[in-house]
Amino acid sequence: MRALAALVRRDLRLCFRRPGEVATPVLFFVMVAVLFPLGLSPQPELLAVVAPGVLWVAALLAGLIGQESLFKSDYEDGSLEQLLLGPAALELVVLTRIFTHWLTTGLPLVILSPFLGLMLDYPVQAFGTLVLSLMLGTLILSLLGAVGAALTVGLRQSGMLLPILVLPLAVPVLIFGAQGAAQAARGEDAAAALYLLGALLVLGVTLVPFAVAGALRISLES
Amino acid sequence: MKLGLSAHGVTIWRGDRCLARGLSFELGEGEVLQLVGPNGSGKTSLMRVLAGIGRLDEGEVRWGGIPIRACLDYHATLAYLGHSNALKNHLTTRENIYFYHSITANSSEITADEILSRLELKPVADRPCGLLSMGQRRRAALARLLIGRARLWILDEPLSSLDAEGVAQVAALLMEHVRAGGLAVIATHQVLQLDGVPVRRLELGGN
Repeated sequence: MRALAALVRRDLRLCFRRPGEVATPVLFFVMVAVLFPLGLSPQPELLAVVAPGVLWVAALLAGLIGQESLFKSDYEDGSLEQLLLGPAALELVVLTRIFTHWLTTGLPLVILSPFLGLMLDYPVQAFGTLVLSLMLGTLILSLLGAVGAALTVGLRQSGMLLPILVLPLAVPVLIFGAQGAAQAARGEDAAAALYLLGALLVLGVTLVPFAVAGALRISLES
Repeated sequence: MKLGLSAHGVTIWRGDRCLARGLSFELGEGEVLQLVGPNGSGKTSLMRVLAGIGRLDEGEVRWGGIPIRACLDYHATLAYLGHSNALKNHLTTRENIYFYHSITANSSEITADEILSRLELKPVADRPCGLLSMGQRRRAALARLLIGRARLWILDEPLSSLDAEGVAQVAALLMEHVRAGGLAVIATHQVLQLDGVPVRRLELGGN
């Protein structure tokens, strides 16, 4: 536990030293959401219809930024070897690393989403569902992205490969999430979509650490 | 059985090259093994295999007679200094040392300040590691050896970028470690001057 706490502290401190890495996804998220009303037409009725989809796609793409570097710097500077040799199981190290990464990239998007919802004329009474669905969704996307990041960690140029690997896997998350947010906007019950997202999250937390740790061990083997 | 590291018929393939074929050795308490061989002869690959990180194609590595894959606390008895220093450029020397102190299983009682002064890193303790010279970074990486109470040291080119004083410090650390019954596997091209400690040499790359 002491090792995992130290890892969280280290990663948060590193983020604090490089604020640009936290700001990039957030700015990207805001910009994509702002571009849609400019590209479509700024009619409130139209925007309210597309708002859930726009926010979800924007969050999905913004979440991909920085995913590539999730394990890369630790892999390249040798820290990953030391973590592998450390007292904590690599699976737990991986899960901790993913969660800290989500705190610095996913959580800011979730916090910002109501403000962008307001801009897109998304109904205020559905904000709770929007935030909850994005919270679950960005966590699942962080987990999925970690699998892609671990598989491409040893590659020199993995910039475009990661989205190609991860985006197809993210399709169910996008469908349930955006649908849940749209149902809530229409005043319908969105519990089913949220439960499905919750189920996907549980599945991800259970399986992803093993897949990621396995991929990282293989990358370190040669 | 006496604590010791032994290799039995170790064969390592990387790509289509065979780096080691049927390699066997035994290393007991208080002994130092120096790996020598030209660049690309597989010293690093062998050390990674001994550390349990690298892939072993045939044969077995044992610690105290038990295969290292089955030896649960093997990693806790080991300190591995790789090619790269495993330091975060944006953290200060002191923060890097604190981090490794927290993730080391049986860390010794030595404080970060003592480590810093022992390795003469005091003046750069609060400077980000990215701003240190290569030699200073190597010293900061060597701090990991002092943090833990590892029985076995696996050091890959520990003397690279170190000045004469740094080399002498590493030799002093090694002698202290070995006299206390520790084991060390070291890959270096330099001649190891360890007073009174026998250094065994293993040639790689000569088939």
